[in-house]
Amino acid sequence: MRNRTKLLILLGLAIAFVALYVFYALNGNYHYAFPRRLMKVFAMSLTGVAIAYSTVVFQTITHNRILTPSVMGLDALYMMVQTFIYFFFGSMSILVVNIHYNFLFAVIAMIVFALLFYRILFKEGKRPIYFLLLVGMITGTFLGSITTFLQVLIDPNEFLGLQSKMFASFNNVNSDLVWLAAVLILLTIIYGWRHMNQLDVMSLGRDTAINLGVPYDKLVQRMLIIASILIAVSTALVGPITFFGLIVANLSYQFFNTYKHSILITGACLMSIVALVGGQWMVERIFSFSTTLSVIINFVGGVYFIYLLLKESRSTG
Amino acid sequence: MIQVKEITKFFGKKPVVQDVSVDIVSGKITSFIGPNGAGKSTLLSMVSRLLNADTGEVLLDKADVRRWKSDDFAKRVSILKQSNYMNVRLTIRELVSFGRFPYSKGRLNAEDELKVDEAIQYMNLEDLQHNYLDELSGGQRQRAFIAMVIAQDTEYILLDEPLNNLDMKHSVQIMKILRKLVNELGKTVVIVLHDINFASVYSDYIVALKDGRVVKNGPTHHIINSDALKEIYDMDIPVQEQDGCRICVYFNS
Repeated sequence: MRNRTKLLILLGLAIAFVALYVFYALNGNYHYAFPRRLMKVFAMSLTGVAIAYSTVVFQTITHNRILTPSVMGLDALYMMVQTFIYFFFGSMSILVVNIHYNFLFAVIAMIVFALLFYRILFKEGKRPIYFLLLVGMITGTFLGSITTFLQVLIDPNEFLGLQSKMFASFNNVNSDLVWLAAVLILLTIIYGWRHMNQLDVMSLGRDTAINLGVPYDKLVQRMLIIASILIAVSTALVGPITFFGLIVANLSYQFFNTYKHSILITGACLMSIVALVGGQWMVERIFSFSTTLSVIINFVGGVYFIYLLLKESRSTG
Repeated sequence: MIQVKEITKFFGKKPVVQDVSVDIVSGKITSFIGPNGAGKSTLLSMVSRLLNADTGEVLLDKADVRRWKSDDFAKRVSILKQSNYMNVRLTIRELVSFGRFPYSKGRLNAEDELKVDEAIQYMNLEDLQHNYLDELSGGQRQRAFIAMVIAQDTEYILLDEPLNNLDMKHSVQIMKILRKLVNELGKTVVIVLHDINFASVYSDYIVALKDGRVVKNGPTHHIINSDALKEIYDMDIPVQEQDGCRICVYFNS
């Protein structure tokens, strides 16, 4: 099967799941349910694309296919920001009640953190990227510990409110925020798209990439910032949701078996739309909210992944 | 032309290359030789802007290599390092096509395809061109990487120990191809070599390094003699002439 055909099949699947989600049991309710469902699907597609894109890019620049951008500690920072707000200002504060403020505050905090982080680390000159990841991981753990500490001290009623921020949820996305996030995410991706072919070269390793005229170190920094912005915006929109990036990225590598990032990334984006929209539909209609989206995605994705590995070992073994 | 001017590089507090100045002669093969840890590879990395020198400068056409635009430089100078770890699975042809990246930015036109074909032919890889790199032997893989550099079509070709892990037959094959690139296509080849006999037989100029400094620099026949070799390697090495080639018999000295 050619890769173009595979992409078209995925596109068809994605459209099918979107249609299923939007129209299933709609019963002609075009005034209330229809626009709400459209907004949810839009939010899911956006976050799916953002996570898939940033995970593939992140894995290319780190030359590692089992890392996700969450090792940079952005999710942990998001949780800490939310916990801080609840702890110091309370659930009645304007930063909680007004979701616009909450969104902007979280996005800005994460982006500023990421930029400061890279500024400090890259100023030191040529450090290997694993040093950066290590610092990110330690910082993330540190922030996580502070967060847990504050959550233990917090008033139990406040904690209930905070808990809703701890898990990704598409159930009450705000349409203004979705549009704002859409603009941010699309602009970032359009900006990053120019570097798509350079990413192909980057996967050949630093020396070969520089030999072929790719400004490697500059590009790594730029790509890290792009990935951070995407993660920050999508996390602030729906909550910590990087878990499925790993699975869709690796499924895309296995499924397409190419070095071309334009195909890998498009494929991963379509897969995550299928996974999120399809998974959410199952959560709502089949399990009637008795399980969570991450369980379904990880289960289905994991099973397919094992199948791919078995198939591969049979063909080579 | 490439001029190296008083470059120094420290790894931590240890100087690896100190005050090295070398002019690379165009249209010739220049070999960097010297004992382990002499700074040969580091010097080559700085010439090819993989590493930045701490002090001093490397000039290509009188302009500092760090000021060249990345892709313009890649059209003039290519570098092949010893280990080429990759995260992706490529066929030989895909790898060689990457050599055209500085020109095509990933979208190959007819001329690029032609150059790729030529490079594959030059390295005798036509039959293997659709095989994956991880299915090849060390020698074939090395030839594939050299084909990529040939497709890159640069005046200067820098190679860091291209004969590593190759048997005699493949080593000779690769050195002959480099010689051909210089003689037929007028390329300038700079190569880091461990085997001084390959350096002696195939290179026009030799730069000998020791402890990060240049100890000898000149035409091959000035370097390949027992006195100069004693200074470079601290060994008494008899040199014998065989069919016009100077061979260093270092095995029991």
